Amino acid sequence: MRRLCFAAGLAILLLQVAPAFAVSDPSELLANPALEARAEAIGSHLRCLVCQNESIEASDAGLAKDIRAIIRQQVVAGRSDKQITAYMVQRYGTFILLRPPFEPLTVLLWGSPVIALLLGAAIAFFAFRRQRREAAASAPIPLSPDEQAKLEALLRS
Amino acid sequence: MSAQMSQKSMLGRRVMLGAPLVVLAAAGGGWALMLRRMAGGNFDPHSLPSQLIGKKVPDFDLPGLNGGAGITGAELQKPGRTMLVNFFASWCIPCLEDAPMLNQLAKTGLPIWGITYKDKPADTEQFLSQHGNPFGRIAVDLPGRVAINWGLYGVPETYLIDASGIVHWRYAGALTQRVIDEDLTPLLHRLGA
Amino acid sequence: MIPELGHFAIALATVIALAQGIVSIWGAHRGDARFIAAAPALALSQALAVLFAFLALVWSGIVSDFSVINVAEYSSARTPLLYKITGTWGNHEGSILLWCLILSVCGAAVAGFGRNLPSALRARVIGVLGLVACGFLLFTLTASDPLGRIWPPPSEGQGVNPLLQDPGLAFHPPILYCGYVGFAVAFAFAVASLLEGRVDAAWGRWVRPWTLGAWCLLTGGIALGSWWSYYELGWGGYWFWDPVENASLLPWLTGTALLHSAIVVEKREALKIWSVLLAITTFSLSLAGTFMVRSGLLNSVHAFANDPTRGIFILVLLGLVIGGSLLLFAWRAPVLQPAGLFAPLSREGALVLNNILLCSIMAVVLAGTMYPPFVQLIFDQQISVGPPFFISTVVPLAAPLMAAMGLGPVLSWKRAAVAPALLRLWWAALASLIVVLVGFYGRLGWAAVGFGAALWMVLSALAEIAERSQLFRLPIGTAWARLRGLPRASYGAAVAHAGLGVAVAGMVGMTLASHSIILMHPGDTTKVGRYDWHLVSLTDGRGSDFTSRIATVAVTNARSGAPVATLRPARRTFPLQQQTTTDVSIKTNGFRDLYVALGDERDGGIVLRINVNPLAPWIWLGALIMAFGGGLSLSDRRLRIGAPVRFVRRQRTTAVKVAAE
Repeated sequence: MRRLCFAAGLAILLLQVAPAFAVSDPSELLANPALEARAEAIGSHLRCLVCQNESIEASDAGLAKDIRAIIRQQVVAGRSDKQITAYMVQRYGTFILLRPPFEPLTVLLWGSPVIALLLGAAIAFFAFRRQRREAAASAPIPLSPDEQAKLEALLRS
Repeated sequence: MSAQMSQKSMLGRRVMLGAPLVVLAAAGGGWALMLRRMAGGNFDPHSLPSQLIGKKVPDFDLPGLNGGAGITGAELQKPGRTMLVNFFASWCIPCLEDAPMLNQLAKTGLPIWGITYKDKPADTEQFLSQHGNPFGRIAVDLPGRVAINWGLYGVPETYLIDASGIVHWRYAGALTQRVIDEDLTPLLHRLGA
Repeated sequence: MIPELGHFAIALATVIALAQGIVSIWGAHRGDARFIAAAPALALSQALAVLFAFLALVWSGIVSDFSVINVAEYSSARTPLLYKITGTWGNHEGSILLWCLILSVCGAAVAGFGRNLPSALRARVIGVLGLVACGFLLFTLTASDPLGRIWPPPSEGQGVNPLLQDPGLAFHPPILYCGYVGFAVAFAFAVASLLEGRVDAAWGRWVRPWTLGAWCLLTGGIALGSWWSYYELGWGGYWFWDPVENASLLPWLTGTALLHSAIVVEKREALKIWSVLLAITTFSLSLAGTFMVRSGLLNSVHAFANDPTRGIFILVLLGLVIGGSLLLFAWRAPVLQPAGLFAPLSREGALVLNNILLCSIMAVVLAGTMYPPFVQLIFDQQISVGPPFFISTVVPLAAPLMAAMGLGPVLSWKRAAVAPALLRLWWAALASLIVVLVGFYGRLGWAAVGFGAALWMVLSALAEIAERSQLFRLPIGTAWARLRGLPRASYGAAVAHAGLGVAVAGMVGMTLASHSIILMHPGDTTKVGRYDWHLVSLTDGRGSDFTSRIATVAVTNARSGAPVATLRPARRTFPLQQQTTTDVSIKTNGFRDLYVALGDERDGGIVLRINVNPLAPWIWLGALIMAFGGGLSLSDRRLRIGAPVRFVRRQRTTAVKVAAE
């Protein structure tokens, strides 16, 4: 049932089944382009459960087909995107969401950009401070007023 | 004095610059653990937990096979005894391996109900006559929509429901002796079946 | 016989690599001139041994020696010669051998081109490469034998996977591996400098060309892979944020950061510790990218033949290489003395910002890729992290990077002010802003901002060159002379930055693609984008080892009816492998791709996927420009290793020529 469809990183793949694009039966698509676009947007955020890393829209697995059809029925029935997504999550859990929800479990995931930026800024800040301090420590000691006067006298003469 | 200070700060910096090593150790340890568990068969990155665990099965009403008694959600929401529900199809290859295991379980007196998934009744009949019929009742889900309401993602899938209708366990794929001995049997004992 | 000799050559190479590691590092440590002098010879002989083993494998492939398991499983007598050859590295065992070959060639290249390096440093670099090579050769020998025999040999092989029978994919792995492995040299320099306890401007100058070369190849390799998926899979997409793709993106991101931080080391002797860490990280990610994706732990659409014992072996090996280098880093890096002082707002500061942002993007991609298995391990829960996550986290980090990219190169070293820099770029900023406004007016939405950013990158790169040459300020002749006098590295940087702008424009253009999936019968016409698509006929064809079904689609301009192009997409059936592949037909005019892929035949008609992809070719054109910019920079005399020697020689030969005339 698993179909493998795509590879770019490496060539060592055993692609098992031919790559055919997901929607092999156009009659399942909605005639109304606006509704169809909505259905596609919802489906592209849902994971095909029997495949590895494809969306419902991108897969031609049987289950993906059924779920595509359910999405379209519900879109036509006037249910909101949120309701349709919730319907799917109720059945398959948050695993079906390609964009994981923000919850305690995913704090580190969603926080990763902020954490990385803060960490980078902190490293840069401390490195700058240290560099300043070391530069100041190794800088020549400024002349005392006495020495300054002597220097000026020497320069004048 | 200052040499001592720099010695101390050197140590501090060494500890700080050791941070990447700690990250690597954590990641490497995690990977090693995953690989070990995967080799032992108790870690599968492709498995998917069921949302029904700890809940009752959804409402549905499916017709029986060739005029036999069907199955409704209401019946499974209060079955009165511990039982198994198995989704299967005649076209599904792992179901061939699943069949003898189910037959064996049925012999122990455990009630098993079957729901066929996207399977023509005639094909199901032939499958049952060839591989045995462990099912107390068989319902037909030709469009596969009830299966989606259960959160099914392939066939065969087996669900364990207790007397009060709570789903305790779901196994995706063909049952094996090991799964029965290590997972199912202890659970059945706990549920007092 | 030849496979056995190849096998023996691998064993020999393993021993030589071990000797190379121990003799060179020990010799450099003791300052023993004889041991140091042995290093290049050992590196060279190791490379020759691995090359022999690799040629033995290729030979077995060419003559279709099916008693070699690798050939029996991934080739057949009917396979075209090109794919008989490329098929040898299109599988796990062969690709690891290729990987080892590139690594040993890198060692030999350091030995050959690094004549002007201090001999102790060169010995250390070669030694580190030798130790790494030894580990992976040992892996090849014990757990991943590419030249194993099978008895009795089958009369026919199982054939090359049809999807891999494609020039794009045939050369994708070698290029990608050259990129991955090229970072091994930067890594070896980093470890060698830690051993020596010294990083200076010269270090930056030696590391830069290797990093640059590896970066160009990795850029090319990633682009080639992405292009392959675009035209071979018939999906209309080019990047899917799959773990295997992400694995190649990670070292690219840190490699790009290293490229920039090494400039600071070279010019200002600052960011030393950081650059060393980046060099180690980049190669570590390359290693992880090559090997971890084969462990079966990542939910990838690519199925690798995986085997947990192999996984453990690789994990231990990676632990030794990466852990060892990081331990050395923690111990020795504090010894490195920083030198160059700079204010936060300066060219150096801008490069620091570049590094922070690139590494943040890397951290996000890494987190997104690794989170699901770790969540499952620790919390026993399953989550998915897919394209929507990556897009919504990477784009906000990439945006300031793009903005800063234009500004950075016009800032002065040490201390700079933003206002004069902005003043120099005012026209680039204005033009980009106009594009954004026009885009918004044309209801392009966010894409308008994307196009603005792309234009900003291209124009600010041009502005930087104009600024340096004082173009438009000095008389044209003087400016021309200044333009010619600019170092190639400056041009390289500007070209690479502009290339990214072009690629970004392509990616933004792709978000505006229109597509349709439709069942058509011969004679039917449909409208997609601004074109009418007319299915003329469906015919049969035949190839060397496949049969095909070919559709002829005539495209005309929907308004004027003028013919635009004729496309011939096909579906190929390979009876031997029992596979069907889609042969996408793409016609481009440089500004948009007309793209047709065939689906199933049903009810006497055929399903077509029709795409109009605006600016799609710019993605790969941009990547090519980036790689070209890198190459331009690489050709800068200042960066060429051993350049002074060669320069003198060239002068002498010119003198001889003149005398002869």
